[in-house]
Amino acid sequence: MKKINTLFKKSLCKDYRTGCGECQSSCQSACKTSCTVGNQSCKKQERIHKIVKMPE
Amino acid sequence: MVHIFNHNYNGELYNFLWDVESGSLHNVDDAAFLCAKKRYSRTFDTEEEAKFKAIDKELVKQINNEFDLLEKEGSLNAPPQITEFHKDADEVKALCLNVCHDCNMRCSYCFADGGSYHTAERAYMSKEVARKAVDFLIENSGKRKNLEIDFFGGEPLLNLSVIKDTVEYAKQQAKQNGKFFNFTTTTNCVLLDDQTIDYLNKEMCNVVLSLDGREETHNKVRRCLDKNMGYKQILENAKKMKKTRGDKSYYVRGTFTALNLDFSKDILKLNDEGFDQISVEPVVTNIPSLEIKDENIEQIKKEYQTFANEYLNRRQTDKWFNFFHFMNDLETGPCVNKRMTGCGAGTEYLSVSPNGDIFPCHQFVGISEFKIGNVFESIDRQDVRQRFSGVSVLSKPECKECFAKYYCGGGCMANSYKYGKGLDSIYEKGCELTRKRFELSLAINGIEKIMEQKGNG
Repeated sequence: MKKINTLFKKSLCKDYRTGCGECQSSCQSACKTSCTVGNQSCKKQERIHKIVKMPE
Repeated sequence: MVHIFNHNYNGELYNFLWDVESGSLHNVDDAAFLCAKKRYSRTFDTEEEAKFKAIDKELVKQINNEFDLLEKEGSLNAPPQITEFHKDADEVKALCLNVCHDCNMRCSYCFADGGSYHTAERAYMSKEVARKAVDFLIENSGKRKNLEIDFFGGEPLLNLSVIKDTVEYAKQQAKQNGKFFNFTTTTNCVLLDDQTIDYLNKEMCNVVLSLDGREETHNKVRRCLDKNMGYKQILENAKKMKKTRGDKSYYVRGTFTALNLDFSKDILKLNDEGFDQISVEPVVTNIPSLEIKDENIEQIKKEYQTFANEYLNRRQTDKWFNFFHFMNDLETGPCVNKRMTGCGAGTEYLSVSPNGDIFPCHQFVGISEFKIGNVFESIDRQDVRQRFSGVSVLSKPECKECFAKYYCGGGCMANSYKYGKGLDSIYEKGCELTRKRFELSLAINGIEKIMEQKGNG
């Protein structure tokens, strides 16, 4: 692609993510009066959403 | 559906295409931005039309060829992956235990009415009720291994002995039943002495520390019953908790109201005090002096916009921090199923009042039409649960054309019920601010990725 720089690709694709329900309930994080699921992580994925600054 | 937007950071305009259904984010130059608007947007003003016409025809062709390729691979203008959805209402994975309907503070915006949940009695959960709640959760968790208990109130630390007993009992039962518990506590920090901090660090996978930011903000709305306990001591307690937290999760969680629409100063104050996991949310209330009014929305959106750039600046320094509503995992986020319904209130997430009554979530506690059972008798109002299981981003017409729908999962059902037109509707002011925060989170993610690419290039 010359004109388009794809930064993140198909983050909502189903494949390995099947709704197993093992992930954290979003209200257990910090909302309590809003609802946010986009920042949760998939439990089946080994990578954990970075909650600390990554090393330089 | 493609959401086309741009963001100005440090004098540079960044153009983005967000593909809603696939969750892909593309960065494009000005020509491709106009071509995308021409191709996907319903709004194309005369100025943009004129600029578009001035683009070299060969270039337009080349850009459209690239759009064709992205469409073919499913990362642009992709169709919805799920068109029918009904959430299973049989299994529970998380309980919010209201261990205490009492509080040592009287915050003017408290949805729980100073902890009492609009009742005359200030009730404390007994060990028996809490243990029974653990049994209920395990019995109703089906195949799910990872379970969660959130200690909530009022101020849960007023009933610390029951928290400790519940944790021990749950761990013991987990072993016998092949389950694993994650515990969370929310606290206003008043009772955080060294011993309690040690205990919470040992047992809680997450701690939510209620703190609003600047001293003047705190003093306007958060009042301690103990006159000797003021902002400075509460802040020190919270800092001590953070300092000893190690690699375990925590959030400082604040609320902004109509009294501090310059709330970015509160967020930055919390960061200046050393906190790096921060959530500050708009109040949801109808108290006239505090509520976010329609006429405040544009100012709040501007405040978020300005804050986003300072956030980007600080994340490149030793003041790096996470702002909860700008955290949006575009690489390993939750599955599409999870995104259809958000928090799971009424289905997989339930709340238990001090006497053991079960409600869809902490915000419904005390509303009798939403009492769905009791931990001693189990669930007797499956019909109420079914009402919740039927609500998703597909069931709400307002969500259909929303580019943020897979971020909020249709929004908070309690807010929709209390301040919207009912469970299966939306809380409009909340949605508008959610969309703004989400768009900014995409821009932040995008700009950080571009900076990373430049750094590596």
